[in-house]
Amino acid sequence: MARLLGGVTSSHIPAVGNAIANGLTQEYYWKRFFDGYEPAKAWLKQAAPDVIIVVYNDHGLNFFLDKCPTFALGCADIYENADEGWGLKPVAPFQGDAEFSWHLAESLVEQEFDICTCQEMKVDHGFVNPIRALYGTLEKWPVKAIPLAVNTVQHPVPTAARCLKLGRALGKAIASYPEDIKVVIFGTGGLSHQLQGERAGLIDVDFDLECIEKIATEPEWMTRFSNSEIMARAGTEGIETIMWLVMRGALRDDAKVIHKHYHAPISNTGAGVLVLEN
Amino acid sequence: MVWKKHAYEDIPGTYVFDGKIAHESYAINKMLYTFNDEKCRDEFQADPAAYCDKFGVKGKLKETVLKKDFLGMLRLGCNIYYMAKMAIPRGTSVQDAGAAFQGISTEEFQKKLLKKREGLEEKLAKIGGYWNG
Repeated sequence: MARLLGGVTSSHIPAVGNAIANGLTQEYYWKRFFDGYEPAKAWLKQAAPDVIIVVYNDHGLNFFLDKCPTFALGCADIYENADEGWGLKPVAPFQGDAEFSWHLAESLVEQEFDICTCQEMKVDHGFVNPIRALYGTLEKWPVKAIPLAVNTVQHPVPTAARCLKLGRALGKAIASYPEDIKVVIFGTGGLSHQLQGERAGLIDVDFDLECIEKIATEPEWMTRFSNSEIMARAGTEGIETIMWLVMRGALRDDAKVIHKHYHAPISNTGAGVLVLEN
Repeated sequence: MVWKKHAYEDIPGTYVFDGKIAHESYAINKMLYTFNDEKCRDEFQADPAAYCDKFGVKGKLKETVLKKDFLGMLRLGCNIYYMAKMAIPRGTSVQDAGAAFQGISTEEFQKKLLKKREGLEEKLAKIGGYWNG
C-alpha cells in the first residue's frame, strides 16, 4: 500500500528561483533563508519518497481566467515548466505518475471533491521553486511529482476549511492506493504578503508564526477565519497559506514536527518551512 | 443585476481580484496572458496600439498600457500576476509597483520590508523549536 511519510511546506516566491539560478544563496540577504532549508532537505533525503504531490497555485501559465478551476489535479506522465513571460530558461520537465494520479482523482471524486483532471499541465514557479529549494536545480529530478493546483488568484477561492477537508480526502486517497510507494506532500505559497494596493509590502510576522504553530498542531484554528479575515491579516496574496492546510489535512492529527523555519522578508513575503512526519 | 458586497472591500489599500474586477478587466488580462509567448511579446513591442486593438483594449486602459503606467493598469483592474508579464521584462518589478502605490521610492519600500527582520531571531527563540541559524 502507498504510505504518506509526511509533509513539507515552502513559500514559492519567484525571486527564490532567481537567487538559485544566479548563485546568490549564500549572500547575506539569502543565506539565513536558504540555510534553514537544510534540515528539511536532510529529512527528505532519508525519507526518499517515490512521489511528491505539490499543492500550489498557478499564476497565469497553465490556466488563464477563461477557465479557472478551484482544484485541478495533474493526471499525466510528464509536466513541463515554461516561460511565464519573463524570458527565463525553463527547468527540466517533471516525471508524473499517471496511474497514481487517476487513482487519486477517482477517490477524491468519490469523496465528493469534484476536481478538474488535467492530462496536460504546464507548471510555473509556484510548483517549481519549492522543488528547487528542496532538491536543488537538477537536469533529472530524483522523484516523480504530481501537481495539485488550487485557485488563489481569482476570487472566490476555496475556504481554509475546504482546503483542510480536501487534504483529509487526499490522505484517504493516498492510503487506498494498492501500490507500495512512498509519498510526501508539499504545501506551498504564503506566508503573509500583499503585492498590490497602498497596503503593498505588508508582512505580519506574528500572524505568520501563529499560522505555523497552529497548522502544525491545531489546524482547525485556521478554519475559523473567513478568506476576508485571512486577507486582512496576511494580505491578498497571503491567502495562499490556505494551501498549507491541504498538506496538513492529509497527515495524521498527531504528525510529528521535525523542523520549523521562518524568515522575513524574502522579496515582499514572510517565508516559512515546516516539516511534519506522519 | 447587482454585484454582491464583500467584507474584503473594507480592507484599506487593498483591491481583491474577484469576479467583478476580473469581468471588467478580462480583455486586458487576456492580452497580458499572451505575453507568456515570446512571439506575442515581440508583436506587441512592434506596435503596442495595434496589439491593444486586437484584444479590444481601449480607452483609459489602452492609454495606461501605451504609457507603461503599471500603477494605472493595476488600478484599472489588471491582475498583478498578469501585469508582471509586461512589467518585469521592462524593468519594473513588483516592488517598484508596490512602492509607487505608496508614493515612495523602491529603496524606501525595501527598507520598510527589511524592518520586519529586526528582532526575528529573538522572537523565534521565545516561541521555541525554530531553526535559528
